[in-house]
Amino acid sequence: MSSTPSDGGLAGAGRWSRVFALVDCNNFYVACERLFDPALRRRPVVVLSNNDGCVVSRSAEAKALGIGMGVPFFQVRDRLDCHRAAVLSSNYALYGDLSRRVMEVLGRFTPALEVYSIDEAFLDFSGFDREGRRRQARELRTTVRRWTGIPVAVGIAATKTLAKIAARLAKRSPRAAGVVDLTASPFREKALALTPVGEVWGVGRRLAPKLANKGLATALELCRADDQQLRRRFGVNLQRVVLELRGIACYALDQGPATPRSVRCSRSFPEPVAELAAIREAVAVFSARAAAKVRRQGLAAGALTVYLRTSRYADEFHHHGRTVELPVASASTRELLGRAVGLAARLFHPGCPYRKAGVILHDLRPAALVQPSLLDPLDREREGRLMAALDELNDRFGSRVRFAAEGGRRHWRSRAAARSPAYTTRWSELPVAR
Amino acid sequence: MKQKTVATAVFAAERQPSACPLPVAVAAVSAGFPSPADDYLEGTLDLNQYLIRHPAATFFVRVAGDSMIEAGIHDGDLLLVDRSLEAADGKVVIAVINGELLVKRVRRAGNRLLLLPENPAYEAIEVRQEMDFELWGVVTHVIHAL
Repeated sequence: MSSTPSDGGLAGAGRWSRVFALVDCNNFYVACERLFDPALRRRPVVVLSNNDGCVVSRSAEAKALGIGMGVPFFQVRDRLDCHRAAVLSSNYALYGDLSRRVMEVLGRFTPALEVYSIDEAFLDFSGFDREGRRRQARELRTTVRRWTGIPVAVGIAATKTLAKIAARLAKRSPRAAGVVDLTASPFREKALALTPVGEVWGVGRRLAPKLANKGLATALELCRADDQQLRRRFGVNLQRVVLELRGIACYALDQGPATPRSVRCSRSFPEPVAELAAIREAVAVFSARAAAKVRRQGLAAGALTVYLRTSRYADEFHHHGRTVELPVASASTRELLGRAVGLAARLFHPGCPYRKAGVILHDLRPAALVQPSLLDPLDREREGRLMAALDELNDRFGSRVRFAAEGGRRHWRSRAAARSPAYTTRWSELPVAR
Repeated sequence: MKQKTVATAVFAAERQPSACPLPVAVAAVSAGFPSPADDYLEGTLDLNQYLIRHPAATFFVRVAGDSMIEAGIHDGDLLLVDRSLEAADGKVVIAVINGELLVKRVRRAGNRLLLLPENPAYEAIEVRQEMDFELWGVVTHVIHAL
């Protein structure tokens, strides 16, 4: 592909002749639970989200029972019960610790590693031939499995988007033995044909049905579509997806389509909450967390949404939300928290049984590029230093430094009826051997 | 209180294998003569460094029962388990049998695999095909409080 400066952000496309590997943990949360409670290996297992709301991880047996990803627990409870499935609350202390171990083992294979999520990492696999990549991938799988007990699949390809597709197939195909290499592979077209467009990296839930309506239901159809036209209709990000599917790398390590446009922190309450004080406290905590997340990525938010809502499954559904623009994009907990709590108080309807609250920060942009304003009442530089100090304290001592508005009671805190022990992070909860 | 200090150090070192707890300043900075000892700072001794060769693969396991008492492993002791090591003949290991974690000594005899207790009151277990079995890790150290 020829790149000109006028092609708006695609100038670098195809510059690398690299090979990427995506290492993806299989049913990660369930695998963590089974490592320390081997009795779970013989039963279907599901792990539920915060507050035991939805299914977020399923063992192969649970998938075979037709338990979908993300379904509300109450909808599948009976089916799980009658197959004697184990139902666990999520245990992020455990998953976080095992994730760190998996990444540490991967780091022994290459320092060119991007931790993409709690259970996925991209590795640079350039510089091996096909046989070398296969050997490396197999050894990596065996080592991670043995050292940490976590099974992983490896997808290899010339672009990160294709590596994701390869990893998805590596998990599904029993013949792949956990490794699929799509670099210059005769199976690439078949792999793309087997991938629904909604599963392609960078194609969101909202975009997928629109593309399917245009006859682009699989990755292969998307790959063959007119990328210029797609770009005019849907923007440059989708054009990049198409190029990546064709094997033209648009993203290096630590780059991807996922530069978030918004950061959200929300939680369902285990019990309906009808008191303003509890709502304010929850919203304060969420805004503090969202602000910390935004800062960690070097971003600042230009707008802020707060919403409160009642149960989706109740007869009368209320959703109270409001978005405000900030005069100057901000990542300051102090500022964002103050505004969020103020909004929450205005949204609050007395007597309404709220089941969920959330804070969303949008219009994110690099903090370094924020336009200062003469009328700005905040000293941004000073505020930035204060926040950096806050984040460092919390990183070091585990989120103990808080704003007073965040409170300390946390009535709304997650329900976790069946959480497993913190096997690796608490002396009192270590696994026991006889 | 003392135990708590150790715990903090263990986690800090696990997160960052090369981390060493820093000694606090021996002498306050002053305009006068510096302490002659400042030049001899060597850092502190780190038990993690001594006990853990593969931090990513090392787990702590608590002992229940006295089946390994003659190997010096008592009820309530703490075991350091390294999953990266080969469970060679004669090693003390954590094994999974029928959904339970066991600590036993491995004996490989021909193509038989035995899990031996170190207490005459317990029976050896022969691992058979139909068993749900896995070698989970190799015990490298026992931490026993006196």
